[in-house]
Amino acid sequence: MPSDGVKTLLRLAGVQVAYGAIEAVKGVDLELFAGEMVCLIGANGAGKTTTLNAIAGTLPLSGGSISYHEEDLARLPAHKRLRRGIALVPEGRGIFTRLTVEENLRMGAYIRKDADGVAADMARVFDMLPRIHERLHQVAGTLSGGEQQMLAIGRALLSRPRLLLLDEPSMGLAPLVVEKIFEVVQSVRQEGVSILLVEQNANLALEFAQRGYVMESGRIMLSGSGRELLANPAVRAAYLGEAS
Amino acid sequence: METLLQQILNGLVVGSVYALVALGYTMVYGILGLINFAHGEVLMIGALSALTTISSLIGVAPDLPPLLLLAAGLLVAIPTCMTVAFLMERLAYRRLRGAPRLAPLITAIGVSFLLQTLAMIVWGRNYHTFPQLISTTPLQPIDGVFISPVQISIILVSALLMFALVTLVNRTRLGRAMRATAENHRVASLMGVDVNRIIALTFVLGAALAAVAGVMFASNYGIAHYAMGFMPGLKAFTAAVLGGIGNLAGAMLGGIVLGLVEAVGAGYIEDFTFGFLNSSYQDIFAFVILGAVLIFRPTGLLGERVSDRA
Ligand SMILES: Nc1ncnc2c1ncn2[C@@H]1O[C@H](COP(=O)(O)OP(=O)(O)OP(=O)(O)O)[C@@H](O)[C@H]1O
Ligand SMILES: [Mg+2]
Repeated sequence: MPSDGVKTLLRLAGVQVAYGAIEAVKGVDLELFAGEMVCLIGANGAGKTTTLNAIAGTLPLSGGSISYHEEDLARLPAHKRLRRGIALVPEGRGIFTRLTVEENLRMGAYIRKDADGVAADMARVFDMLPRIHERLHQVAGTLSGGEQQMLAIGRALLSRPRLLLLDEPSMGLAPLVVEKIFEVVQSVRQEGVSILLVEQNANLALEFAQRGYVMESGRIMLSGSGRELLANPAVRAAYLGEAS
Repeated sequence: METLLQQILNGLVVGSVYALVALGYTMVYGILGLINFAHGEVLMIGALSALTTISSLIGVAPDLPPLLLLAAGLLVAIPTCMTVAFLMERLAYRRLRGAPRLAPLITAIGVSFLLQTLAMIVWGRNYHTFPQLISTTPLQPIDGVFISPVQISIILVSALLMFALVTLVNRTRLGRAMRATAENHRVASLMGVDVNRIIALTFVLGAALAAVAGVMFASNYGIAHYAMGFMPGLKAFTAAVLGGIGNLAGAMLGGIVLGLVEAVGAGYIEDFTFGFLNSSYQDIFAFVILGAVLIFRPTGLLGERVSDRA
Protein backbone atom coordinates (compact mmCIF):
# COMPACT_ATOMS: atom_id res chain seq x y z
CA MET A 1 0.00 0.00 0.00
CA PRO A 2 1.32 3.42 -0.83
CA SER A 3 2.20 5.41 2.22
CA ASP A 4 0.70 8.76 3.12
CA GLY A 5 2.02 11.67 1.12
CA VAL A 6 2.01 9.71 -2.12
CA LYS A 7 -0.20 11.55 -4.55
CA THR A 8 -3.21 10.06 -6.25
CA LEU A 9 -2.56 10.44 -9.95
CA LEU A 10 -5.71 8.93 -11.35
CA ARG A 11 -9.05 8.36 -9.69
CA LEU A 12 -12.12 6.71 -11.17
CA ALA A 13 -15.27 7.12 -9.12
CA GLY A 14 -18.41 5.23 -10.05
CA VAL A 15 -17.43 5.21 -13.71
CA GLN A 16 -20.11 3.95 -16.09
CA VAL A 17 -19.79 3.51 -19.83
CA ALA A 18 -22.46 2.28 -22.20
CA TYR A 19 -22.55 1.36 -25.87
CA GLY A 20 -26.07 2.40 -26.71
CA ALA A 21 -28.26 0.24 -24.52
CA ILE A 22 -25.40 -2.09 -23.55
CA GLU A 23 -23.87 -1.13 -20.24
CA ALA A 24 -20.28 -2.29 -20.47
CA VAL A 25 -18.87 -0.61 -17.34
CA LYS A 26 -21.27 -0.34 -14.42
CA GLY A 27 -19.63 1.75 -11.74
CA VAL A 28 -15.90 1.30 -11.43
CA ASP A 29 -13.83 2.80 -8.62
CA LEU A 30 -10.12 2.70 -9.18
CA GLU A 31 -7.13 4.61 -7.93
CA LEU A 32 -3.59 4.87 -9.13
CA PHE A 33 -0.83 6.63 -7.23
CA ALA A 34 2.04 8.49 -8.85
CA GLY A 35 4.83 6.14 -9.84
CA GLU A 36 2.74 3.05 -9.39
CA MET A 37 2.13 0.14 -11.70
CA VAL A 38 -1.37 -1.22 -11.36
CA CYS A 39 -2.97 -3.99 -13.33
CA LEU A 40 -6.55 -4.61 -14.28
CA ILE A 41 -7.41 -8.22 -14.98
CA GLY A 42 -10.62 -9.98 -15.85
CA ALA A 43 -12.26 -12.31 -18.31
CA ASN A 44 -13.14 -11.48 -21.91
CA GLY A 45 -15.86 -8.90 -22.09
CA ALA A 46 -15.41 -7.76 -18.48
CA GLY A 47 -15.05 -4.14 -19.60
CA LYS A 48 -11.29 -3.60 -19.28
CA THR A 49 -10.77 -2.08 -22.71
CA THR A 50 -13.83 0.07 -22.25
CA THR A 51 -12.42 1.38 -18.98
CA LEU A 52 -9.05 2.25 -20.54
CA ASN A 53 -10.71 3.98 -23.47
CA ALA A 54 -12.82 6.01 -21.09
CA ILE A 55 -9.66 7.12 -19.27
CA ALA A 56 -7.94 8.01 -22.54
CA GLY A 57 -11.02 9.93 -23.61
CA THR A 58 -12.13 8.04 -26.69
CA LEU A 59 -15.38 6.93 -25.03
CA PRO A 60 -17.78 9.20 -23.12
CA LEU A 61 -18.91 8.37 -19.59
CA SER A 62 -22.55 7.76 -18.90
CA GLY A 63 -21.96 8.19 -15.18
CA GLY A 64 -19.29 8.79 -12.56
CA SER A 65 -16.11 10.76 -12.97
CA ILE A 66 -12.45 10.44 -13.80
CA SER A 67 -9.92 12.80 -12.35
CA TYR A 68 -6.24 13.07 -13.10
CA HIS A 69 -3.98 15.22 -10.96
CA GLU A 70 -7.13 16.42 -9.19
CA GLU A 71 -8.53 17.66 -12.50
CA ASP A 72 -11.90 16.36 -13.69
CA LEU A 73 -11.36 14.98 -17.19
CA ALA A 74 -15.02 15.03 -18.23
CA ARG A 75 -14.73 17.94 -20.62
CA LEU A 76 -11.30 17.08 -21.93
CA PRO A 77 -11.21 15.36 -25.35
CA ALA A 78 -8.73 12.56 -26.02
CA HIS A 79 -6.23 14.73 -27.86
CA LYS A 80 -5.97 17.05 -24.89
CA ARG A 81 -5.64 14.25 -22.39
CA LEU A 82 -2.47 13.20 -24.18
CA ARG A 83 -1.13 16.70 -23.59
CA ARG A 84 -1.78 16.18 -19.88
CA GLY A 85 0.41 13.09 -20.05
CA ILE A 86 -2.07 10.24 -20.48
CA ALA A 87 -1.07 7.90 -23.31
CA LEU A 88 -2.90 4.75 -24.36
CA VAL A 89 -1.40 1.83 -26.24
CA PRO A 90 -4.70 0.54 -27.58
CA GLU A 91 -5.94 -3.00 -27.83
CA GLY A 92 -4.85 -4.38 -31.19
CA ARG A 93 -1.97 -1.87 -31.22
CA GLY A 94 -3.53 0.74 -33.49
CA ILE A 95 -0.54 1.07 -35.76
CA PHE A 96 -0.96 3.37 -38.77
CA THR A 97 -0.37 0.59 -41.26
CA ARG A 98 0.04 2.85 -44.28
CA LEU A 99 2.62 5.06 -42.63
CA THR A 100 6.24 4.05 -42.24
CA VAL A 101 7.64 2.99 -38.88
CA GLU A 102 9.37 6.34 -38.57
CA GLU A 103 6.18 8.23 -39.40
CA ASN A 104 4.36 6.24 -36.74
CA LEU A 105 6.97 7.25 -34.19
CA ARG A 106 6.74 10.86 -35.31
CA MET A 107 2.99 10.69 -34.78
CA GLY A 108 3.78 9.66 -31.23
CA ALA A 109 5.73 12.89 -30.85
CA TYR A 110 3.05 14.92 -32.64
CA ILE A 111 2.33 17.20 -29.69
CA ARG A 112 5.97 18.01 -29.01
CA LYS A 113 7.84 21.02 -30.26
CA ASP A 114 11.25 20.21 -28.75
CA ALA A 115 13.00 18.65 -31.75
CA ASP A 116 16.13 17.87 -29.71
CA GLY A 117 14.18 16.17 -26.96
CA VAL A 118 12.28 14.12 -29.53
CA ALA A 119 15.53 13.08 -31.20
CA ALA A 120 16.94 12.00 -27.84
CA ASP A 121 13.79 10.06 -26.94
CA MET A 122 13.79 8.50 -30.38
CA ALA A 123 17.35 7.29 -29.78
CA ARG A 124 16.31 5.82 -26.41
CA VAL A 125 13.41 3.99 -28.03
CA PHE A 126 15.81 2.56 -30.61
CA ASP A 127 18.09 1.46 -27.78
CA MET A 128 15.26 -0.39 -26.10
CA LEU A 129 13.76 -1.67 -29.33
CA PRO A 130 16.52 -2.25 -31.88
CA ARG A 131 14.13 -4.23 -34.08
CA ILE A 132 12.14 -1.06 -34.65
CA HIS A 133 15.28 0.85 -35.56
CA GLU A 134 16.16 -1.67 -38.25
CA ARG A 135 12.75 -1.25 -39.84
CA LEU A 136 12.51 2.51 -39.69
CA HIS A 137 11.60 3.08 -43.33
CA GLN A 138 9.38 0.07 -43.74
CA VAL A 139 5.62 0.52 -44.09
CA ALA A 140 4.32 -0.33 -40.63
CA GLY A 141 1.59 -2.65 -41.91
CA THR A 142 4.31 -5.09 -42.96
CA LEU A 143 5.70 -5.51 -39.42
CA SER A 144 5.11 -8.72 -37.48
CA GLY A 145 2.66 -8.68 -34.59
CA GLY A 146 5.43 -8.43 -32.01
CA GLU A 147 7.16 -5.63 -33.88
CA GLN A 148 3.88 -3.76 -34.15
CA GLN A 149 3.37 -4.05 -30.41
CA MET A 150 6.86 -2.70 -29.80
CA LEU A 151 6.23 0.10 -32.25
CA ALA A 152 2.96 0.94 -30.48
CA ILE A 153 4.76 1.15 -27.14
CA GLY A 154 7.67 3.13 -28.55
CA ARG A 155 5.23 5.50 -30.22
CA ALA A 156 3.37 6.06 -26.97
CA LEU A 157 6.63 6.75 -25.13
CA LEU A 158 7.53 9.48 -27.61
CA SER A 159 4.78 11.65 -26.20
CA ARG A 160 6.65 11.52 -22.84
CA PRO A 161 3.64 10.23 -20.93
CA ARG A 162 3.30 10.39 -17.17
CA LEU A 163 0.59 7.77 -17.17
CA LEU A 164 0.86 4.92 -19.64
CA LEU A 165 -2.24 2.81 -20.28
CA LEU A 166 -1.41 -0.55 -21.82
CA ASP A 167 -4.20 -2.72 -23.22
CA GLU A 168 -3.10 -6.36 -23.43
CA PRO A 169 0.38 -5.83 -24.79
CA SER A 170 1.04 -9.57 -24.68
CA MET A 171 -1.94 -10.50 -26.82
CA GLY A 172 -1.12 -13.08 -29.45
CA LEU A 173 2.63 -12.91 -28.96
CA ALA A 174 5.22 -15.62 -28.39
CA PRO A 175 6.60 -15.92 -24.81
CA LEU A 176 10.01 -14.53 -25.78
CA VAL A 177 8.45 -11.43 -27.29
CA VAL A 178 6.19 -11.01 -24.28
CA GLU A 179 9.26 -11.17 -22.05
CA LYS A 180 10.96 -8.49 -24.11
CA ILE A 181 7.91 -6.26 -23.95
CA PHE A 182 7.65 -6.61 -20.18
CA GLU A 183 11.33 -5.74 -19.88
CA VAL A 184 10.61 -2.53 -21.71
CA VAL A 185 7.56 -1.81 -19.57
CA GLN A 186 9.64 -2.42 -16.47
CA SER A 187 12.33 0.02 -17.55
CA VAL A 188 9.74 2.64 -18.46
CA ARG A 189 8.32 2.29 -15.00
CA GLN A 190 11.74 2.69 -13.42
CA GLU A 191 11.92 6.05 -15.13
CA GLY A 192 8.96 7.11 -13.05
CA VAL A 193 6.12 6.65 -15.50
CA SER A 194 2.95 5.37 -13.84
CA ILE A 195 1.38 2.41 -15.57
CA LEU A 196 -2.10 0.95 -15.75
CA LEU A 197 -1.84 -2.43 -17.39
CA VAL A 198 -4.72 -4.51 -18.69
CA GLU A 199 -3.81 -8.15 -19.12
CA GLN A 200 -5.37 -11.53 -19.80
CA ASN A 201 -2.15 -13.05 -18.62
CA ALA A 202 -2.91 -12.47 -14.93
CA ASN A 203 0.11 -14.32 -13.63
CA LEU A 204 2.47 -12.11 -15.51
CA ALA A 205 0.57 -8.93 -14.72
CA LEU A 206 0.30 -9.57 -11.00
CA GLU A 207 3.95 -10.45 -10.81
CA PHE A 208 4.97 -7.08 -12.21
CA ALA A 209 2.30 -4.83 -10.74
CA GLN A 210 2.23 -3.51 -7.21
CA ARG A 211 -1.50 -3.64 -7.05
CA GLY A 212 -4.26 -5.17 -9.06
CA TYR A 213 -7.97 -4.91 -9.68
CA VAL A 214 -10.11 -7.80 -10.82
CA MET A 215 -12.97 -6.88 -13.08
CA GLU A 216 -16.03 -8.93 -13.88
CA SER A 217 -19.11 -7.96 -15.91
CA GLY A 218 -18.39 -4.26 -15.73
CA ARG A 219 -17.59 -4.14 -12.01
CA ILE A 220 -14.52 -4.36 -9.82
CA MET A 221 -14.86 -7.58 -7.82
CA LEU A 222 -11.59 -7.57 -5.96
CA SER A 223 -8.54 -5.48 -5.46
CA GLY A 224 -5.32 -5.78 -3.54
CA SER A 225 -1.58 -6.03 -3.81
CA GLY A 226 -0.18 -8.22 -6.53
CA ARG A 227 0.93 -10.76 -3.97
CA GLU A 228 -2.46 -10.88 -2.26
CA LEU A 229 -4.31 -11.40 -5.48
CA LEU A 230 -1.88 -14.05 -6.63
CA ALA A 231 -2.54 -15.89 -3.39
CA ASN A 232 -6.30 -15.45 -3.49
CA PRO A 233 -7.98 -18.80 -4.23
CA ALA A 234 -10.83 -17.23 -6.19
CA VAL A 235 -8.39 -15.38 -8.42
CA ARG A 236 -6.28 -18.47 -8.86
CA ALA A 237 -9.34 -20.43 -9.87
CA ALA A 238 -10.78 -17.87 -12.24
CA TYR A 239 -7.74 -16.32 -13.87
CA LEU A 240 -4.71 -18.45 -13.22
CA GLY A 241 -6.17 -21.61 -14.62
CA GLU A 242 -6.19 -23.61 -11.40
CA ALA A 243 -8.95 -25.90 -10.26
CA SER A 244 -10.42 -24.72 -6.98
CA MET B 1 -0.35 14.09 -86.27
CA GLU B 2 -0.82 17.77 -85.46
CA THR B 3 -4.45 17.10 -84.61
CA LEU B 4 -3.49 14.42 -82.14
CA LEU B 5 -0.86 16.66 -80.57
CA GLN B 6 -3.41 19.46 -80.43
CA GLN B 7 -5.92 17.23 -78.71
CA ILE B 8 -3.36 16.05 -76.21
CA LEU B 9 -2.63 19.66 -75.33
CA ASN B 10 -6.32 20.46 -74.96
CA GLY B 11 -6.70 17.35 -72.86
CA LEU B 12 -3.89 18.41 -70.56
CA VAL B 13 -5.55 21.76 -70.00
CA VAL B 14 -8.96 20.36 -69.09
CA GLY B 15 -7.37 17.44 -67.30
CA SER B 16 -5.40 19.75 -65.00
CA VAL B 17 -8.61 21.43 -63.92
CA TYR B 18 -10.27 18.06 -63.32
CA ALA B 19 -7.23 16.93 -61.37
CA LEU B 20 -7.34 19.94 -59.05
CA VAL B 21 -11.01 19.41 -58.33
CA ALA B 22 -10.60 15.64 -58.05
CA LEU B 23 -8.03 16.17 -55.29
CA GLY B 24 -10.73 17.77 -53.17
CA TYR B 25 -13.08 14.83 -53.66
CA THR B 26 -10.40 12.31 -52.93
CA MET B 27 -9.01 14.02 -49.82
CA VAL B 28 -12.42 14.28 -48.22
CA TYR B 29 -13.23 10.72 -49.16
CA GLY B 30 -9.91 9.53 -47.79
CA ILE B 31 -10.51 11.08 -44.41
CA LEU B 32 -14.29 10.69 -44.00
CA GLY B 33 -15.42 8.12 -46.53
CA LEU B 34 -17.77 10.82 -47.76
CA ILE B 35 -18.39 11.76 -51.36
CA ASN B 36 -18.89 15.48 -51.13
CA PHE B 37 -21.14 16.09 -54.08
CA ALA B 38 -21.23 19.77 -53.25
CA HIS B 39 -17.56 20.12 -54.18
CA GLY B 40 -18.37 21.17 -57.76
CA GLU B 41 -20.41 24.04 -56.32
CA VAL B 42 -17.31 25.29 -54.55
CA LEU B 43 -15.66 25.67 -57.94
CA MET B 44 -18.66 27.68 -59.12
CA ILE B 45 -18.53 29.95 -56.10
CA GLY B 46 -14.83 30.47 -56.74
CA ALA B 47 -15.48 31.58 -60.29
CA LEU B 48 -18.43 33.82 -59.46
CA SER B 49 -16.91 35.49 -56.42
CA ALA B 50 -13.78 36.19 -58.47
CA LEU B 51 -16.01 37.61 -61.19
CA THR B 52 -17.76 39.95 -58.78
CA THR B 53 -14.43 41.11 -57.38
CA ILE B 54 -12.92 41.72 -60.78
CA SER B 55 -15.99 43.50 -62.15
CA SER B 56 -16.25 45.81 -59.17
CA LEU B 57 -12.55 46.61 -59.36
CA ILE B 58 -12.86 47.40 -63.05
CA GLY B 59 -15.82 49.61 -62.15
CA VAL B 60 -13.76 51.75 -59.77
CA ALA B 61 -10.35 51.55 -61.40
CA PRO B 62 -10.62 50.60 -65.05
CA ASP B 63 -6.87 50.95 -65.62
CA LEU B 64 -5.64 48.24 -63.28
CA PRO B 65 -3.35 45.74 -64.98
CA PRO B 66 -5.12 42.47 -65.84
CA LEU B 67 -2.81 40.29 -63.79
CA LEU B 68 -3.49 42.40 -60.71
CA LEU B 69 -7.22 42.04 -61.29
CA LEU B 70 -6.85 38.31 -61.62
CA ALA B 71 -4.80 38.15 -58.44
CA ALA B 72 -7.45 40.17 -56.62
CA GLY B 73 -10.13 37.82 -57.93
CA LEU B 74 -8.22 34.82 -56.60
CA LEU B 75 -7.51 36.57 -53.34
CA VAL B 76 -11.24 36.86 -52.73
CA ALA B 77 -12.31 33.57 -54.33
CA ILE B 78 -9.94 31.38 -52.32
CA PRO B 79 -10.95 32.51 -48.82
CA THR B 80 -14.61 32.63 -49.87
CA CYS B 81 -14.50 29.02 -50.99
CA MET B 82 -12.56 28.00 -47.91
CA THR B 83 -15.23 29.57 -45.73
CA VAL B 84 -18.03 27.87 -47.64
CA ALA B 85 -16.32 24.49 -47.29
CA PHE B 86 -15.59 25.10 -43.63
CA LEU B 87 -19.24 25.91 -42.93
CA MET B 88 -20.44 22.99 -44.99
CA GLU B 89 -18.38 20.58 -42.90
CA ARG B 90 -19.17 22.25 -39.62
CA LEU B 91 -22.92 22.66 -40.12
CA ALA B 92 -23.87 19.72 -42.29
CA TYR B 93 -21.38 16.89 -42.34
CA ARG B 94 -19.89 16.90 -38.86
CA ARG B 95 -23.05 15.88 -37.10
CA LEU B 96 -23.45 13.00 -39.56
CA ARG B 97 -20.16 11.34 -38.77
CA GLY B 98 -20.79 7.75 -37.92
CA ALA B 99 -24.27 7.91 -39.40
CA PRO B 100 -25.18 5.28 -42.02
CA ARG B 101 -23.53 6.14 -45.33
CA LEU B 102 -26.69 7.14 -47.12
CA ALA B 103 -27.37 10.06 -44.77
CA PRO B 104 -24.23 12.08 -45.54
CA LEU B 105 -24.53 11.24 -49.22
CA ILE B 106 -28.04 12.64 -49.44
CA THR B 107 -26.97 15.59 -47.35
CA ALA B 108 -24.15 16.28 -49.79
CA ILE B 109 -26.63 16.39 -52.64
CA GLY B 110 -28.78 18.70 -50.55
CA VAL B 111 -25.84 21.00 -49.84
CA SER B 112 -25.11 21.06 -53.55
CA PHE B 113 -28.67 22.20 -54.37
CA LEU B 114 -28.58 24.71 -51.57
CA LEU B 115 -25.36 26.30 -52.80
CA GLN B 116 -26.62 26.42 -56.38
CA THR B 117 -29.82 28.08 -55.28
CA LEU B 118 -27.99 30.58 -53.12
CA ALA B 119 -25.68 31.34 -56.03
CA MET B 120 -28.69 31.83 -58.28
CA ILE B 121 -30.11 34.32 -55.81
CA VAL B 122 -26.83 36.21 -55.53
CA TRP B 123 -25.67 36.09 -59.15
CA GLY B 124 -28.90 35.55 -61.06
CA ARG B 125 -29.78 32.92 -63.63
CA ASN B 126 -27.93 34.47 -66.52
CA TYR B 127 -24.62 33.54 -67.97
CA HIS B 128 -21.95 36.09 -67.17
CA THR B 129 -19.03 36.96 -69.35
CA PHE B 130 -15.90 36.21 -67.41
CA PRO B 131 -13.17 38.72 -68.29
CA GLN B 132 -10.34 36.98 -70.05
CA LEU B 133 -7.50 38.63 -68.22
CA ILE B 134 -4.88 36.30 -69.60
CA SER B 135 -4.80 36.26 -73.36
CA THR B 136 -6.76 33.54 -75.10
CA THR B 137 -5.18 34.35 -78.42
CA PRO B 138 -3.57 31.09 -79.50
CA LEU B 139 0.15 30.90 -80.01
CA GLN B 140 1.52 28.46 -82.48
CA PRO B 141 4.60 26.82 -80.98
CA ILE B 142 4.54 24.12 -83.67
CA ASP B 143 2.94 24.49 -87.07
CA GLY B 144 -0.71 23.61 -86.80
CA VAL B 145 -0.68 23.23 -82.99
CA PHE B 146 -2.23 26.03 -80.96
CA ILE B 147 -2.08 26.88 -77.30
CA SER B 148 -3.08 30.12 -75.64
CA PRO B 149 -1.33 31.86 -72.75
CA VAL B 150 -4.31 31.14 -70.51
CA GLN B 151 -4.03 27.45 -71.29
CA ILE B 152 -0.32 27.48 -70.57
CA SER B 153 -1.03 29.20 -67.25
CA ILE B 154 -3.65 26.61 -66.36
CA ILE B 155 -1.21 23.78 -66.87
CA LEU B 156 1.58 25.52 -64.95
CA VAL B 157 -0.52 26.72 -62.03
CA SER B 158 -2.17 23.31 -61.66
CA ALA B 159 1.16 21.54 -61.69
CA LEU B 160 2.50 23.92 -59.08
CA LEU B 161 -0.51 23.53 -56.81
CA MET B 162 -0.48 19.77 -57.10
CA PHE B 163 3.20 19.70 -56.26
CA ALA B 164 2.57 21.91 -53.24
CA LEU B 165 -0.29 19.74 -52.02
CA VAL B 166 1.63 16.49 -52.43
CA THR B 167 4.56 18.01 -50.57
CA LEU B 168 2.29 19.15 -47.78
CA VAL B 169 0.65 15.76 -47.42
CA ASN B 170 3.77 13.64 -47.71
CA ARG B 171 6.47 15.78 -46.19
CA THR B 172 5.04 17.82 -43.35
CA ARG B 173 3.87 17.18 -39.81
CA LEU B 174 0.41 18.37 -40.74
CA GLY B 175 0.28 16.09 -43.76
CA ARG B 176 1.36 13.17 -41.60
CA ALA B 177 -1.47 13.95 -39.22
CA MET B 178 -3.87 14.05 -42.17
CA ARG B 179 -2.73 10.64 -43.35
CA ALA B 180 -2.86 9.21 -39.85
CA THR B 181 -6.37 10.59 -39.36
CA ALA B 182 -7.45 9.16 -42.71
CA GLU B 183 -6.36 5.76 -41.50
CA ASN B 184 -7.80 5.87 -38.00
CA HIS B 185 -9.55 8.80 -36.33
CA ARG B 186 -9.50 7.27 -32.90
CA VAL B 187 -5.83 6.41 -32.82
CA ALA B 188 -4.96 9.78 -34.35
CA SER B 189 -6.75 11.45 -31.46
CA LEU B 190 -4.70 9.30 -29.08
CA MET B 191 -1.61 10.87 -30.68
CA GLY B 192 -2.87 14.30 -29.71
CA VAL B 193 -4.34 15.12 -33.11
CA ASP B 194 -7.41 17.31 -33.02
CA VAL B 195 -9.32 15.23 -35.53
CA ASN B 196 -12.06 17.80 -36.06
CA ARG B 197 -9.48 20.39 -37.00
CA ILE B 198 -7.73 18.05 -39.42
CA ILE B 199 -11.03 17.21 -41.12
CA ALA B 200 -11.98 20.88 -41.38
CA LEU B 201 -8.57 21.59 -42.80
CA THR B 202 -9.00 18.87 -45.40
CA PHE B 203 -12.23 20.45 -46.60
CA VAL B 204 -10.68 23.90 -46.64
CA LEU B 205 -7.60 22.79 -48.59
CA GLY B 206 -9.74 21.04 -51.19
CA ALA B 207 -11.86 24.17 -51.46
CA ALA B 208 -8.82 26.37 -52.08
CA LEU B 209 -7.84 24.15 -55.00
CA ALA B 210 -11.41 24.21 -56.32
CA ALA B 211 -11.47 28.01 -56.10
CA VAL B 212 -8.40 28.26 -58.29
CA ALA B 213 -9.84 25.64 -60.63
CA GLY B 214 -13.05 27.65 -60.90
CA VAL B 215 -11.23 30.82 -61.83
CA MET B 216 -9.13 28.97 -64.40
CA PHE B 217 -12.15 27.22 -65.84
CA ALA B 218 -14.07 30.47 -66.22
CA SER B 219 -11.02 32.25 -67.64
CA ASN B 220 -10.57 29.58 -70.24
CA TYR B 221 -14.17 29.52 -71.45
CA GLY B 222 -14.96 33.18 -70.74
CA ILE B 223 -18.22 32.29 -69.03
CA ALA B 224 -19.50 31.90 -65.48
CA HIS B 225 -22.91 30.77 -64.31
CA TYR B 226 -24.57 29.52 -61.13
CA ALA B 227 -24.81 25.98 -62.49
CA MET B 228 -21.32 25.85 -63.97
CA GLY B 229 -19.99 23.65 -61.16
CA PHE B 230 -22.12 20.65 -61.95
CA MET B 231 -20.35 19.24 -65.00
CA PRO B 232 -16.74 19.77 -63.90
CA GLY B 233 -17.73 18.49 -60.47
CA LEU B 234 -19.09 15.30 -61.93
CA LYS B 235 -16.10 14.93 -64.22
CA ALA B 236 -13.69 15.46 -61.35
CA PHE B 237 -15.56 12.91 -59.28
CA THR B 238 -15.20 10.51 -62.21
CA ALA B 239 -11.51 11.32 -62.33
CA ALA B 240 -11.14 10.59 -58.61
CA VAL B 241 -12.91 7.25 -58.99
CA LEU B 242 -10.88 6.46 -62.10
CA GLY B 243 -7.65 7.06 -60.23
CA GLY B 244 -8.80 5.22 -57.13
CA ILE B 245 -10.77 7.36 -54.73
CA GLY B 246 -8.90 8.24 -51.57
CA ASN B 247 -5.59 8.24 -53.40
CA LEU B 248 -3.97 11.61 -54.18
CA ALA B 249 -1.77 10.43 -57.02
CA GLY B 250 -4.79 8.62 -58.39
CA ALA B 251 -6.89 11.79 -58.45
CA MET B 252 -4.22 13.63 -60.40
CA LEU B 253 -3.67 10.76 -62.80
CA GLY B 254 -7.41 10.26 -63.18
CA GLY B 255 -7.94 13.94 -63.97
CA ILE B 256 -5.27 14.02 -66.63
CA VAL B 257 -6.35 10.70 -68.17
CA LEU B 258 -9.97 11.80 -68.27
CA GLY B 259 -9.03 15.12 -69.85
CA LEU B 260 -6.96 13.33 -72.48
CA VAL B 261 -9.61 10.73 -73.25
CA GLU B 262 -12.23 13.43 -73.61
CA ALA B 263 -10.15 15.66 -75.84
CA VAL B 264 -8.76 12.92 -78.03
CA GLY B 265 -12.12 11.18 -78.07
CA ALA B 266 -13.88 14.36 -79.10
CA GLY B 267 -11.55 14.57 -82.08
CA TYR B 268 -12.40 11.12 -83.29
CA ILE B 269 -15.94 10.57 -82.08
CA GLU B 270 -17.39 11.24 -85.54
CA ASP B 271 -15.17 8.60 -87.07
CA PHE B 272 -15.93 6.10 -84.29
CA THR B 273 -19.66 6.48 -84.68
CA PHE B 274 -19.69 6.87 -88.48
CA GLY B 275 -20.87 10.45 -88.13
CA PHE B 276 -23.69 9.64 -85.77
CA LEU B 277 -22.24 11.65 -82.85
CA ASN B 278 -20.12 14.77 -83.12
CA SER B 279 -17.69 16.40 -80.74
CA SER B 280 -20.43 18.10 -78.75
CA TYR B 281 -21.09 14.67 -77.27
CA GLN B 282 -17.68 14.53 -75.65
CA ASP B 283 -19.18 14.43 -72.14
CA ILE B 284 -20.19 10.87 -72.94
CA PHE B 285 -16.63 9.70 -72.37
CA ALA B 286 -16.57 10.63 -68.71
CA PHE B 287 -19.69 8.63 -68.00
CA VAL B 288 -18.66 5.65 -70.06
CA ILE B 289 -15.40 5.64 -68.11
CA LEU B 290 -17.18 6.03 -64.79
CA GLY B 291 -19.44 3.11 -65.60
CA ALA B 292 -16.61 0.95 -66.85
CA VAL B 293 -14.40 1.64 -63.85
CA LEU B 294 -17.18 0.93 -61.40
CA ILE B 295 -17.95 -2.34 -63.14
CA PHE B 296 -14.51 -3.65 -63.98
CA ARG B 297 -12.11 -1.99 -61.56
CA PRO B 298 -13.96 -0.34 -58.71
CA THR B 299 -10.67 0.33 -56.94
CA GLY B 300 -9.56 2.55 -59.83
CA LEU B 301 -6.14 2.76 -61.45
CA LEU B 302 -4.07 3.26 -58.30
CA GLY B 303 -6.50 2.37 -55.55
CA GLU B 304 -6.26 -0.53 -53.20
CA ARG B 305 -8.90 -1.60 -50.68
CA VAL B 306 -11.62 0.94 -51.16
CA SER B 307 -14.56 -1.20 -50.25
CA ASP B 308 -13.41 -1.70 -46.67
CA ARG B 309 -13.53 1.98 -45.83
CA ALA B 310 -16.65 2.84 -43.90
N1 LIG C 1 -18.24 -1.01 -29.78
C1 LIG C 1 -19.03 -1.76 -28.98
N2 LIG C 1 -20.36 -1.81 -29.17
C2 LIG C 1 -21.15 -2.54 -28.37
N3 LIG C 1 -20.70 -3.27 -27.36
C3 LIG C 1 -19.40 -3.27 -27.11
C4 LIG C 1 -18.48 -2.53 -27.91
N4 LIG C 1 -17.24 -2.71 -27.44
C5 LIG C 1 -17.37 -3.53 -26.39
N5 LIG C 1 -18.66 -3.87 -26.20
C6 LIG C 1 -19.18 -4.75 -25.13
O1 LIG C 1 -18.79 -4.21 -23.88
C7 LIG C 1 -18.37 -5.25 -23.02
C8 LIG C 1 -16.96 -4.95 -22.52
O2 LIG C 1 -16.06 -5.02 -23.59
P1 LIG C 1 -14.53 -4.73 -23.43
O3 LIG C 1 -13.93 -4.71 -24.78
O4 LIG C 1 -14.33 -3.54 -22.59
O5 LIG C 1 -14.05 -6.02 -22.64
P2 LIG C 1 -12.59 -6.48 -22.26
O6 LIG C 1 -12.59 -6.69 -20.80
O7 LIG C 1 -11.57 -5.56 -22.81
O8 LIG C 1 -12.50 -7.87 -23.00
P3 LIG C 1 -11.26 -8.59 -23.70
O9 LIG C 1 -10.46 -9.22 -22.63
O10 LIG C 1 -11.90 -9.61 -24.58
O11 LIG C 1 -10.51 -7.56 -24.47
C9 LIG C 1 -18.48 -6.53 -23.80
O12 LIG C 1 -19.68 -7.15 -23.43
C10 LIG C 1 -18.56 -6.10 -25.23
O13 LIG C 1 -19.36 -6.98 -25.98
MG1 LIG D 1 -10.11 -5.73 -24.18
